[in-house]
Amino acid sequence: MAWLMLAPAALGLMVFLAIPFFMAFQLSLTDTRLLSPNPPQFVGLDNYRQLLRVNIIRMEPLRDPVTGEVQRDEQGHVLYPRARTILRSNDRYEGLKELTQFNLLGRRYLVAAGDPTFWRGLLNNFYFAAVVVPVQSGFALLLALLINQRIRGVNLFRALYFMPVVVPMVVVSVIWFFLYNPGIGTINAFLKAISFGRLGPYNWLGDPKLAFPAIMALSIWQGVGFQMVIFLAGLQEIPGDLYEAAEVDGCSGIQKFFYITLPQLRNTTIFVVVATTILAFQLFTQVQVMTGGGPGEATMTTILHAVREGRYQLRAGYASAITVVFFLIVLVVSIIQRIAIREERAIA
Amino acid sequence: MLSRSRYRFRKAATTWLNYTVMILLACFFAFPIVFMIVSAIKTNETQITSDVGGLRAFVPYPLRFVPPVDRLDDAPAEIRNAYTGLGLQNFFDVFRRMPFGRFLWNSTVITTTTVGLGLLINSMAAYSLARIRWKGRDIVLAIIVALIIIPFEAVAIPLALLTSKLPRLGGGIGWHDTYIVQIIPFVADAFSIYLFYQFFIGLPKDLDEAALMDGASRWRIYWNIIVPNSRPVFATVAILKFLWTWGSYLWPLMVIRLPEYRPLTVAMQEFFGQYPRLWGDTLAFATMTTLPVLILFLAFQRWFIRSIAATGIQG
Repeated sequence: MAWLMLAPAALGLMVFLAIPFFMAFQLSLTDTRLLSPNPPQFVGLDNYRQLLRVNIIRMEPLRDPVTGEVQRDEQGHVLYPRARTILRSNDRYEGLKELTQFNLLGRRYLVAAGDPTFWRGLLNNFYFAAVVVPVQSGFALLLALLINQRIRGVNLFRALYFMPVVVPMVVVSVIWFFLYNPGIGTINAFLKAISFGRLGPYNWLGDPKLAFPAIMALSIWQGVGFQMVIFLAGLQEIPGDLYEAAEVDGCSGIQKFFYITLPQLRNTTIFVVVATTILAFQLFTQVQVMTGGGPGEATMTTILHAVREGRYQLRAGYASAITVVFFLIVLVVSIIQRIAIREERAIA
Repeated sequence: MLSRSRYRFRKAATTWLNYTVMILLACFFAFPIVFMIVSAIKTNETQITSDVGGLRAFVPYPLRFVPPVDRLDDAPAEIRNAYTGLGLQNFFDVFRRMPFGRFLWNSTVITTTTVGLGLLINSMAAYSLARIRWKGRDIVLAIIVALIIIPFEAVAIPLALLTSKLPRLGGGIGWHDTYIVQIIPFVADAFSIYLFYQFFIGLPKDLDEAALMDGASRWRIYWNIIVPNSRPVFATVAILKFLWTWGSYLWPLMVIRLPEYRPLTVAMQEFFGQYPRLWGDTLAFATMTTLPVLILFLAFQRWFIRSIAATGIQG
């Protein structure tokens, strides 16, 4: 009987979670294409090679063919050949595409990759995590502290702060798309009003430098209520006697916060930070609906790239390689969490 | 020490400051939703776009009820202006442009079925793990807990490939473009089992023991004793699964192409991408997509918040 009760769930987990999970690894080693008449071929680590391959190439300045002098433009800057020319000049660079260029110690370097889109996406995910995790968590803690007070109407505020969480992300994306409208959008109008016309209209989703921060802002708007509730639960578990003892000793509010509240919230904070970090790497819906990864791949993300490759380019094998890399990153983050929490238990 | 009146003043000032901050924050969290609903009920598109840059974006204006008119958006400006007001014009237009009813039905069917089956199957499994001693139980539990780490996106693509090869009832290959593909893979989930498990092991053992001595079968114990005593965790799992399934976007985007089986989220994005992009219509669509879950939230607030808090405690 015990088996019978476990069976449906076990079957479901096995067929729809465990098997596809292992399939991902196996698929990533093939060149499977969806809807292709050709049988898939085993290609070993080729997908990973293309995905992860990065070369940093030192660029030689253009020189006058006769005198051998370095060529410069009107402002005196050194002229370099185009990236495409460099990459075509040598068989070693076959399959590489330009990712970016940078200057270091007077020399110029070209960074070329087998899949520049992947790296742009991955860096964006890290950028998102680096900004959103601290900002959203800090904001959520602040809100939790506010809501934790015993004042009238606190439940109403709690509901309002939490409300964005229940709105589907697709809807959030559409609403904020309108709010970010460069001409008439509310955000620009608001900025104009509070700065008396000095903060000019911004093309939020069309400017490569602003698009991703704009998406970060709306993600924080939607997500902070969720974390607030988790912090709130953590706050309410802190035994009141700790605070009472501190009062007796004459501690100020700030001291109580840093010496009691924060340490007691350690595990909750770790959980919130890790969960938000993992979510940062799962970023997909907002960018797909609002910008499609643009302008010019400025808002590309790992999962968006994987879905494009898998569903639209039908390269299921290659897309699986991307998701395997994504999973490994998530795994590392989760393991770090487990270690961090276990350390705390060992000390306590 | 402060004098009595200074102390009272300080207290009042702090309270006022407190409330001001909290009200400002409330505005921050509410304004996009208010904007959506208010714009959805404004019948004239031009009214919406001219209001949006100011405070009137959040105010139903003008306060005049206008019944829906067929093809209002195609009419010339004078006629459209005559019909400026508040009403269900945009909702009417959405239904005319798209089979919205079908999308709503799809989302409802998919979500309720997934949640219903999910509650049953995951709790059964957790009961078996929590209250019945059998060989290999600990290993299975460890495996299930390990599975929680796997994020959905890591298996989405292989799962899409797998489901395209599964056989259908009544012949045919491939589960794509059905309800089944949006329901069955998501019924069993490791985290729900874990939540049920944590709750069940907390229930007093005598409940089972007494019934066992009376000769009750495991199923009866589960159904008649454990389930009625576990309302909080059932609510938690139901709410979490409901939120996740109702807002599910990536998966239907990958495996559904036909509008017949398309859920609201994908339909919303399609509508949004269609030209002409009318603010009123799009926001009416958005409102209708949000309203069911918003109403449930407002009615069961406390349960929602407890559910989310529970995920934190388990983490």
